[in-house]
Amino acid sequence: MKSAAIYPVEGVLLVSIQDDITDTDILDLQDELSTKISEMDAEGVVIDISALDIVDTFVGRVLAQLTAIARLLDAETFVVGMRPAVAMTLVELGMYLPENRTALNLTHALSKMRDTASE
Amino acid sequence: MAETTLANVLDVLKAESNEILTDWIEQAGEDGAKRSDLFSEREERDQAKSLLNAFRKGVKDGLKDGDFDLADDHWSDLRGVLSEITHERVERGVRPEEMAALILALKSPIIERIKERLADNPDQLVQEILLLSQAIDRFAVYTSEVFIAEREAVIERQREEMMELSTPVVELWDKVLTLPLIGTLDSLRAQEVMESLLEAIVQYQAEVCIIDITGVRTVDTQVAQHLLRTAAAVRLMGAHCIISGISPKIAQTMVQLGVDVGEVSTRSSIRSALTDALTRVGVAILPVEKVERTDK
Repeated sequence: MKSAAIYPVEGVLLVSIQDDITDTDILDLQDELSTKISEMDAEGVVIDISALDIVDTFVGRVLAQLTAIARLLDAETFVVGMRPAVAMTLVELGMYLPENRTALNLTHALSKMRDTASE
Repeated sequence: MAETTLANVLDVLKAESNEILTDWIEQAGEDGAKRSDLFSEREERDQAKSLLNAFRKGVKDGLKDGDFDLADDHWSDLRGVLSEITHERVERGVRPEEMAALILALKSPIIERIKERLADNPDQLVQEILLLSQAIDRFAVYTSEVFIAEREAVIERQREEMMELSTPVVELWDKVLTLPLIGTLDSLRAQEVMESLLEAIVQYQAEVCIIDITGVRTVDTQVAQHLLRTAAAVRLMGAHCIISGISPKIAQTMVQLGVDVGEVSTRSSIRSALTDALTRVGVAILPVEKVERTDK
């Protein structure tokens, strides 16, 4: 089984990352996601990392990169479901992910996305 | 038997244990280690007696080869008795130096007695005194160690209790949390604050967190850094963070220190922070008449 899956939901791409994800998987994901965004002309990407227990600088950087790629392809990125330990580690590492938008869960992300779209 | 063993000390301890006990307690009294206000004669004597018995047992088994090591198995009885007595005395408010004096007072009654016995063998006498002093000094140090360990346990417990008291996260409204900070914010506490706040965000599915620093005495670069990191972590979790209670003075200091709060919202009072937070979750506080009018 792959440790990351991309599901299209209402014009939004939902990316679910599992905790056994490897560095190669992440690079594959980056590839696949950028292709799908442009194919689908998706307006948003939601990355669900609630299954992630630990992060390192690599994961942090990839999250930032995914966001930057999505922005270039005109899609907004949300990171949702971050665990407290993960948030603390990222702050500890000095990775504040300023480009990312964040939300507690998928529902919040979708409603925030709609709010921005209707403005 | 090897020359360095405490054969004579042991003999003395066996033959004249009661006399030694009496002399010891008397000596301790002279040295100011007796606390008749805290312990009755009887208790004092019982404690001394059990110590002396354990000591005798230790000397019998533990000093065979002349090497002395309190950590040996032979001394486990004595260690037990020592820590028990120290514990009991500390509980009643005996000072550590008094405890040490009590142990050290055991020297002279024993030395007096072996001096008589070994009057014609000065070498043996010196050797036994040396070894005996070494052992008793070590006991005195051991009681201090026990004493310090107890104190540290108390301090640790109080620190933990204080830590719990100092990070109360309160649910103010649906999806609105507040964390009133009081006192000083050091790294350890900041970590604790961050942890409990983030856990609470998950627990309450909160969207807005207000960190109120009205009760924080001083804000220096360190504290500001901690606050901003907490705010950043809150944002990463997907909630919004408002720092409230920034007094004019603190605002001035922060600017002078060159602290850049970036995107974090700041409010002067918890009142305005609350209004802002409620607006974010789509609720408002209205005067009662207004609400009644809208009901009709």
